[in-house]
Amino acid sequence: MSTQSMTGQGVLIPALKADRGGQVLLALLLIAAVVVPIFNLMIPEGSFFHLSTYTVTLFGKYLCYGLLAIAVDLVWGYCGILSLGHTAFFALGGYAIGMYLMRQIGPRGVYGNPILPDFMVFLNWTELPWFWEGMNHFPVALLMVVLIPGLLALGFGWLAFRSRVTGVYLSIMTQALTFALLLAFFRNEMGFGGNNGLTDFKELLGFDLKTPGMRVALFITTVVALAVGYIGCRYVIASRLGRVVQGIRDAEGRTRFIGYQVESYKLWIWVFSAALAGIAGALYVPQVGIINPGEFAPINSIEVVIWVAVGGRGTLYGAVAGAVLVNYAKTWFTAAFPEIWLYALGALFVGATLFLPKGVVGLIPARREKTA
Amino acid sequence: MSTSPAVTGPVGLRMKPTGKRRSTNAPSPDLSHNIILYVEGVTKSFDGFKALNDLSLYIETGELRCVIGPNGAGKTTMMDVITGKTQPDTGSVWFGQTIDLLGLSEPEIAQAGIGRKFQKPTVFPEHSVFENLELAMACDKSVWKILFAKLNAVQRERIDEVLGIIGLKDQRTAKAGALSHGQKQWLEIGMLLMQDPLVLLVDEPVAGMTPQETERTAELLVSLAGKHSVVVVEHDMNFVRSIARKVTVLHEGHVLAEGTMDEVQNDPQVKRVYLGE
Ligand SMILES: Nc1ncnc2c1ncn2[C@@H]1O[C@H](COP(=O)(O)OP(=O)(O)O)[C@@H](O)[C@H]1O
Ligand SMILES: [Mg+2]
Repeated sequence: MSTQSMTGQGVLIPALKADRGGQVLLALLLIAAVVVPIFNLMIPEGSFFHLSTYTVTLFGKYLCYGLLAIAVDLVWGYCGILSLGHTAFFALGGYAIGMYLMRQIGPRGVYGNPILPDFMVFLNWTELPWFWEGMNHFPVALLMVVLIPGLLALGFGWLAFRSRVTGVYLSIMTQALTFALLLAFFRNEMGFGGNNGLTDFKELLGFDLKTPGMRVALFITTVVALAVGYIGCRYVIASRLGRVVQGIRDAEGRTRFIGYQVESYKLWIWVFSAALAGIAGALYVPQVGIINPGEFAPINSIEVVIWVAVGGRGTLYGAVAGAVLVNYAKTWFTAAFPEIWLYALGALFVGATLFLPKGVVGLIPARREKTA
Repeated sequence: MSTSPAVTGPVGLRMKPTGKRRSTNAPSPDLSHNIILYVEGVTKSFDGFKALNDLSLYIETGELRCVIGPNGAGKTTMMDVITGKTQPDTGSVWFGQTIDLLGLSEPEIAQAGIGRKFQKPTVFPEHSVFENLELAMACDKSVWKILFAKLNAVQRERIDEVLGIIGLKDQRTAKAGALSHGQKQWLEIGMLLMQDPLVLLVDEPVAGMTPQETERTAELLVSLAGKHSVVVVEHDMNFVRSIARKVTVLHEGHVLAEGTMDEVQNDPQVKRVYLGE
């Protein structure tokens, strides 16, 4: 990398100039943000060129996964922390926005209670639990989308990194974390709708979630979030902090003995990544219309790691490519051959590990090395 | 390549190690008694085996000390204890008169001014040579400062200077992982220099080096002494003879003898341990 040897320039612009994969990704996102509304909203439904609202939402969902995959790649690909529990942060972000959407239903629920969501009335609760207070305000909900995953990551990371838990043990702990949350959120007493989770959403900021216009708006918001998230991560990676973090990945002891508090660096990047995952979850829930404890399932977190591995670890754009490609394949497989999807996924992972160590994006020939 | 003049360049190392340390806010050691490192009565057992056994060692400010001893004598473990990697069972380790190293973490010890080269060369393989030096450079290494850190002209010059000292000017953009074994050793020494340390602990610096490289390394280490205190662990007796003023012989975690190379070589105990039966 010769980026840092240029004087007088910022960090981001040279980094993006050298990042061809990132340029392609950002260009595709820009095109999607322009083309999708036109083909969905302006071309009439009967036309061959019409893009169905179902497809818009499907791709919106893929892009949420893309953002989640970037979050995982940041800690795994660049800092060597293999998280097998990132959907915990994703789901918590989703629950935070889900709580807001539940409160937006107001008196239009089945039981017509103006304050309590249906599932609480069903449980014979008479008062809103304290942690639901304020969640009817959108800014509060947005804050919680990053705060709750961020704080959980802070507590978890502080304990784990300070005790110098690394490698497989750390990965197992992240699995345990998401599994514990899965069990907790299944319980009705937790106050998050138990088994059924949160659903039957109606409006967001007063706009009906079911209209094509709103679907397109959510899609574009996701595109913007992914682009901003990508650029943010690229900045972090291109900064000296990014080089320290990669140093930790490659030679943790060396980093420590030249004077870096390795634990602080891991913690910071971990919390940042968790907050990104939370944002991805918050964008996902209004589009799919439901959040339930199934999102915490340990297998989901493992799937995310597979997306990143298949796409190309440690590139950021590869993570997005992996998330979109694998989920596209999943959509197709689960419709055509639902029984064999998990086998196909396993085969994909093994195949990618054996034959594509740099993932799908590793197949694209690299630009010839510039001699600096 | 000439090594010594470059060391005292415009942005070179402090002339007096007692001065306030540049670019870090770590406390500086009190060197009023001219001893920079006190290792006293240190014992460390691994599963009952005493890797260090009541080890005492005093390093003077600015001296070049060689530590020799057979494999398993505890040389690396001694460095582990000084740099905070290993906590001893008993004993104390002081940096100057006032800084208790046993109470500090590895990064704190590094920031205080003790740099370390590992036995197995340890550099950042995916980073360029330049970036390796940049990361090692003495500065505020807290997360937020590093996120927005930018190299200024003085720092850039310093990196270039060290690139010259370690003879890797032509490799500045090469990945460190692609360097030869000897070059990696040199890069790691360069990283030590970038840290601007008061004490350099150098574990087997010439292992795997060609004779020419070994000679250059000897020159470099000698040139660093005076401005820094340098502790070199080495197996290669010719190398030790070429640089040593004072030699400490370690055996079974304990100091067996100490003195000039000649004194040590004529010590009957050393003869018995080293030259066999
Ligand atoms: N972490 C450890 N666990 C167990 N034994 C160790 C550990 N570190 C060092 N030892 C033992 O302590 C002894 C001294 O080792 P070391 O300091 O590496 O010797 P030297 O560097 O002088 O060759 C050796 O017998 C080694 O096996
Ligand atoms: Mg050793």
